[in-house]
Amino acid sequence: MKVLVAVKRVVDYNVKVRVKADKSGVETANVKFSMNPFDEIAVEEAVRLKEAGIASEIVAVSVGPQAATETLRTALAMGADRGILVQTDAEVQPLAVAKLLTVLAERDQPGLILLGKQAIDDDSNQTGQMLAALLGWPQGTFASKVSLADGTATVTREVDGGLETIALDLPAVVTADLRLNEPRYASLPNIMKAKKKPIETLTPDQLGIDVAPRLITLSVEEPAKRQAGIKVPDVAALVEKLTSEAKVI
Amino acid sequence: MSVLVLAEHEAGALKPATLNTVAAALQLGGEVHLLVAGADVGPVAQAAAAIPGVAKVLVAESDTLAHPLAEPLAAVLVALAPGRSAILAPATTTGKNVLPRVAALLDVAQISDVVAVVAADTFVRPIYAGNALATVRSTDAIKVVTVRTTAFAAAPATGGAAPIEAVSVAAPAARARFVSAQLSKSERPDLTSARIVISGGRGMQSGDNFHLLETIADQLGAAVGASRAAVDAGFVPNDLQVGQTGKIVAPDLYIAIGISGAIQHLAGMKDSKTIVAINKDPEAPIFAVADYGIVGDLFDVVPELVKELG
Ligand SMILES: Cc1cc2nc3c(=O)[nH]c(=O)nc-3n(C[C@H](O)[C@H](O)[C@H](O)COP(=O)(O)OP(=O)(O)OC[C@H]3O[C@@H](n4cnc5c(N)ncnc54)[C@H](O)[C@@H]3O)c2cc1C
Ligand SMILES: Nc1ncnc2c1ncn2[C@@H]1O[C@H](COP(=O)(O)O)[C@@H](O)[C@H]1O
Repeated sequence: MKVLVAVKRVVDYNVKVRVKADKSGVETANVKFSMNPFDEIAVEEAVRLKEAGIASEIVAVSVGPQAATETLRTALAMGADRGILVQTDAEVQPLAVAKLLTVLAERDQPGLILLGKQAIDDDSNQTGQMLAALLGWPQGTFASKVSLADGTATVTREVDGGLETIALDLPAVVTADLRLNEPRYASLPNIMKAKKKPIETLTPDQLGIDVAPRLITLSVEEPAKRQAGIKVPDVAALVEKLTSEAKVI
Repeated sequence: MSVLVLAEHEAGALKPATLNTVAAALQLGGEVHLLVAGADVGPVAQAAAAIPGVAKVLVAESDTLAHPLAEPLAAVLVALAPGRSAILAPATTTGKNVLPRVAALLDVAQISDVVAVVAADTFVRPIYAGNALATVRSTDAIKVVTVRTTAFAAAPATGGAAPIEAVSVAAPAARARFVSAQLSKSERPDLTSARIVISGGRGMQSGDNFHLLETIADQLGAAVGASRAAVDAGFVPNDLQVGQTGKIVAPDLYIAIGISGAIQHLAGMKDSKTIVAINKDPEAPIFAVADYGIVGDLFDVVPELVKELG
């Protein structure tokens, strides 16, 4: 069974992002980019399926600028077999990413598509669900455990009330939550090997998809800053402040 | 044109998140219709009809909807979409699971985690873990929106008397099936709507030590929360995680104990009215957002707090 994994290049989670002075977006010049952390978890899951003899081939896909090739190389170094870059410098919103992935899924016929539950830049949490809808496939979002057997994916999901387990007929879409696994670091030999693995470059035009944004960003602003408060010497002083100043207890 | 709101319910009761979502829907203009989907949802529909401002309650009742699986629920919402200006759901794990599916089936964008309604087509939403707020305008005919419930004061629960109408449910082939649920049971208030939240982090060192926090929670009528590190370490279950990728809370009082204040954690609690931090590291970033901080060992401070509140 072929497994497709979607990996997004995002501003690294350790970067303190700054809003641009003209309010058009956040500053991305000279900041560190990495693979979206949830996508690392998705790649790791695919690699484990291959190591378990369940997946035959892992195809990593990224939609973005030429630099997203680095993200694909990371996936290849972790154990993906080949990469597909859908190259565009334009902003591509989740619906358009889902449409591009749909075309690739119809072409490559994977039995499972893994994504992260959420990209930590747009915080949308949409693409996997949209992809499942467009393909007419079942979805297992926010997965903390996945097992595959007899054409069925059994997925344990992190939900507000705790955990929920569902069974999906394959092919299916699964999105990774934080506790699905702990992604490996690529070893140096594997990083070298990844340089020789193939990456196919396509464009949205070649895939026949219009990626024009449906949401127009009017402005991006900094949220109101919270003022740092005071340190209190002891518990008695804290309780006194909470009762008579903040009046919250 | 009307606005359709997906009601969230559990064990025969309407969840409070529905009231916040109705409040957001009322800001869009047009009639607000509430969809109650599930099996045996009579009492939920009654509760939904009592929300002032709701013009109509639609009830989709079927065994296939006994669990809120995305596939059958999306099919119901898509069937009800024509003629609507917007479809809203709370940004809970149910809303986040189903609404993108609905949007894609309608070939429209989905707008996640809205914190303000600027106009019927324009919304404010946090991006980059809440480090920026984007104002976005939708060019689609139907706006499909999840609502950050802490950003909208709840609509009243009673006083209305909306008519209740049954809608038919097509049963799509069930390619997804519910197997089981392992839900946390707690007598304490719900984390996302509690007036006081007391959260522990990696500094708690063990699940057993969380009992200290539970004691305070019971003294104050508070809910218990946690950082990702505390959940990852297995101290507490996943449904306690507060943050960018966990639950968003905005209580009157948030007490962070043994939590450093990583940006991903702050994203989930920085809109709390009053924040208290207890941490042994005076440089911990949590103090930069805390109204009141105590620098000290939590294993000294927390027992004292129990005594002081007792
Ligand atoms: C993609 C992604 C998503 C994430 N999502 C979330 C999320 O939703 N929520 C979240 O919380 N995190 C999230 N994180 C993790 C986040 O980056 C931090 O790693 C995490 O919040 C740290 O948890 P912590 O503060 O408990 O642990 P630490 O950072 O280890 O801090 C422990 C604190 O306890 C203090 N301490 C230790 N012992 C004592 C003592 N005896 N007395 C007093 N103080 C003590 C220390 O001084 C320290 O400040 C995410 C990370 C990523 C990459
Ligand atoms: N540009 C992209 N390229 C590849 N994968 C993406 C892209 N955007 C989103 N994804 C995938 O979809 C997931 C959810 O993203 P989002 O819906 O934007 O929060 C991510 O974790 C990725 O797996």
